[in-house]
Amino acid sequence: MTETPPAPQRSGNAPSPVSPATGSRGVSRRRLLGTTGTAAAVGLVAGAGATYAAGRASASDTSVDAGSSGSASTAPSLDAAIDFHGEHQAGIVTPAQDRLHFVALDVVTKDRSELEALLKTWTRAAERMAAGAEAAPGGLVGGGPFAAPEDTGEAYGLPASGLTITIGFGASLFDGRFGLAGRKPAALENLPAFVGDQLEANRSGGDLCIQACANDPQVAVHAVRNLVRLGFGVVSVRWSQLGFGRTSSTSTAQATPRNMFGFKDGTNNLKLEDPAGLAEHVWVAKTDDKASAAWMAGGSYLVARRIRMHIEIWDRTSLQEQEDIIGRDKKVGAPLGQAQEFDELDFAKKGPDGAPAIPEVAHVRLAHSSSLGGVQILRRGYNFTDGTDGVGHLDAGLFFLAFMRNPGKQFVPMQRALASKDGLNEYIEHNGSAVFACPPGTAPGQFWGQSLFTT
Amino acid sequence: MSRTALRASTPLALAAIAALTLAGCTDKPDASSASTGAVGSGPITVNASDTACELSASTAQAGTVTFDISNAGTKVNEFYVYAAGDRIVSEVENITPGLKRQLKVEITEPGTFTTACKPGMVGDGIRSDFTVTGTAVKGSADQKVAKAITDYKAFVATESDKLLAGTQEFVTAVKAGDVAKAKSLYPTARLPWETIEPVAESFGDLDPKIDGREDVIEDGMKFTGYHRLEKDLWVTGLQADSNAIADQLLTDVKEIVTKSKTVEPTALTIANGAKALLDEVATGKITGEEERYSHTDLWDFRGNLQGSQSALETLRPVVTERNPALQKSLDARFGELNKLLESHRVNGSFVSYTKLTDADIKALTVSLDALGEEVSKVPAVVETK
Repeated sequence: MTETPPAPQRSGNAPSPVSPATGSRGVSRRRLLGTTGTAAAVGLVAGAGATYAAGRASASDTSVDAGSSGSASTAPSLDAAIDFHGEHQAGIVTPAQDRLHFVALDVVTKDRSELEALLKTWTRAAERMAAGAEAAPGGLVGGGPFAAPEDTGEAYGLPASGLTITIGFGASLFDGRFGLAGRKPAALENLPAFVGDQLEANRSGGDLCIQACANDPQVAVHAVRNLVRLGFGVVSVRWSQLGFGRTSSTSTAQATPRNMFGFKDGTNNLKLEDPAGLAEHVWVAKTDDKASAAWMAGGSYLVARRIRMHIEIWDRTSLQEQEDIIGRDKKVGAPLGQAQEFDELDFAKKGPDGAPAIPEVAHVRLAHSSSLGGVQILRRGYNFTDGTDGVGHLDAGLFFLAFMRNPGKQFVPMQRALASKDGLNEYIEHNGSAVFACPPGTAPGQFWGQSLFTT
Repeated sequence: MSRTALRASTPLALAAIAALTLAGCTDKPDASSASTGAVGSGPITVNASDTACELSASTAQAGTVTFDISNAGTKVNEFYVYAAGDRIVSEVENITPGLKRQLKVEITEPGTFTTACKPGMVGDGIRSDFTVTGTAVKGSADQKVAKAITDYKAFVATESDKLLAGTQEFVTAVKAGDVAKAKSLYPTARLPWETIEPVAESFGDLDPKIDGREDVIEDGMKFTGYHRLEKDLWVTGLQADSNAIADQLLTDVKEIVTKSKTVEPTALTIANGAKALLDEVATGKITGEEERYSHTDLWDFRGNLQGSQSALETLRPVVTERNPALQKSLDARFGELNKLLESHRVNGSFVSYTKLTDADIKALTVSLDALGEEVSKVPAVVETK
């Protein structure tokens, strides 16, 4: 193997771009699913081994500091490893991967030291898995024939697949069980009730969350499964959500994806390439909160909402009504009255009938920063379908995830405006909700939430 | 009855995989030499980089072998010593660039091993053969294992006798037509069965005859035993053939009691049995499947849990010597689950499964998962050969 030294530690958790020079990537399972027969399976095994060195080389040789440069980005390799460590946790501004497995957990121990020990164990395992390694050294077979293998094995031989694992702490963690009550940030509050909320307890809340994103669903599920396993006795799963397709772009290098309504979603999202915007809207600054909550500096708040979409009803809606409800053209995603996706929204412009081209209650108008005093959020949601509702419909929708500096000042006013007026409300129902404080990133040797537990 | 019976013996092929006693230890140079007199060769230096793994020697004397690893590369590295089948003898992870780490490995038997550096933590690593010659003095664990086996056999014999006595009393009540008394005796008569279930289950057809559930007995087999009488007592009333079923139950229990006393366990089968008992709880008792007519599932839960704890109690000296932290976790987790289970006892008797709320069942499951993870670590600790 011939490899050159990797780039210096990056803070933006940016993946490597595809390198035309090496041109070699590991074989992703996701791509193989499109091929047929046993040849594909054989190719998976052989390919993963053979491309190991080259895959790693491309992961480390050609990285760009996309976190701070505003230069044009290159589409990231789907297989590359993303730096686990950094100033901020990976999985926030990291270009949104295709797949998600999200889990909310409750802490079941009363012993703070057990919780702290788990955070250390988790950090180490997460660091390993993000590199494409087993959750523990020799986790597949290294324990010998009589041991239960330490790694569950289903991701063995798969490339790192852009895996990021992000942790967050819920408000309930600060209830006094672990001596953290005084450290609770003022910004970490459960959301108020919004008009139309149909929240279910078993899809809401949680002491902790883990967001695993990857370009291969098996890699994301493997990460959550192994962390849950390491947590038995200390934490237990409260709820869990799979997402099969990203609904946001978090980098200018990514095309805008579509949600289950068939529309491009998150066109105006905050992007990795806009560090000033991220500093203003996403990253918590040291002086944002009281001094005892300064541990959140460099972190971000995560709002999770499970939004069931009544897709069957939506699908019977005329194109014109769909476009009026969203406020964008369906094909290219242009704001109504404009031609291109990224054209500025012109809320004053009138249509041929004299009415505003973008209706007063269109989703893009209500959610736009200009209607909300400049408020923006970093959206990072995923499409889901979870079987059926039992009466002949798909239980489908959007698992809304968004990162921000202060939910009370950003998400709450936005959702208040949407909940009362949005034409989409006829087609959606919020049935899960949670807020988590995602602590800052780690340096090698540090553990998740170290600033909360040790300073 | 379980979905999979305990394997009565260990396949030879597995038993022969590696004949060595080991104890890996890093960062504490004096912690691993307690049980061996032989001192291996001097420290072996390992120069690791992103592309190479150079050892100063490829052989060592049996005893404590010391590796001094330094990472001159740019990636996080790891160093492994493998036995056959990629079984890890010992390893040291998270060797960051520029760092030096020490690994001490106790190897008491000669053989060929594999060393590997793993730059970037992924893949098979950069490997080479490593040969150990000579023999070192083994630890004292062998005597402790022998004692554990003796203790476990005594436990099985005691429980078998209780099973026979309890079944005798239950069968007498059934045959006397005393339904109320038979119902009151049913859960406790079965309790010893649940404590030694993995042993009893190793006798083929006897298990389904005694403990088969109506839904899982095989085609062509008659529904007999404890659960048939359970159905009679709680649902259908005593039937014309209930007495015959009761007689057959007693005959079968007598046979299994005799056979159970002849079982020759090993440390591995004791440990695997302890795990299997918890699997029983997870798949049959906590779900309310086992006692679907009487809903006395918590009694069976009690028996399985007690059987698992008693089995591991015999192995305590072995586990304590080899992995004291694991023994501590086992004690804590058994304590938690016992306390939780006992909270469902009223006036000495467990409540009906139907009285449990979803929250009760979740709490029991959470605690059982926590215990199960720890118990699953015991087999590899007690069986190092």
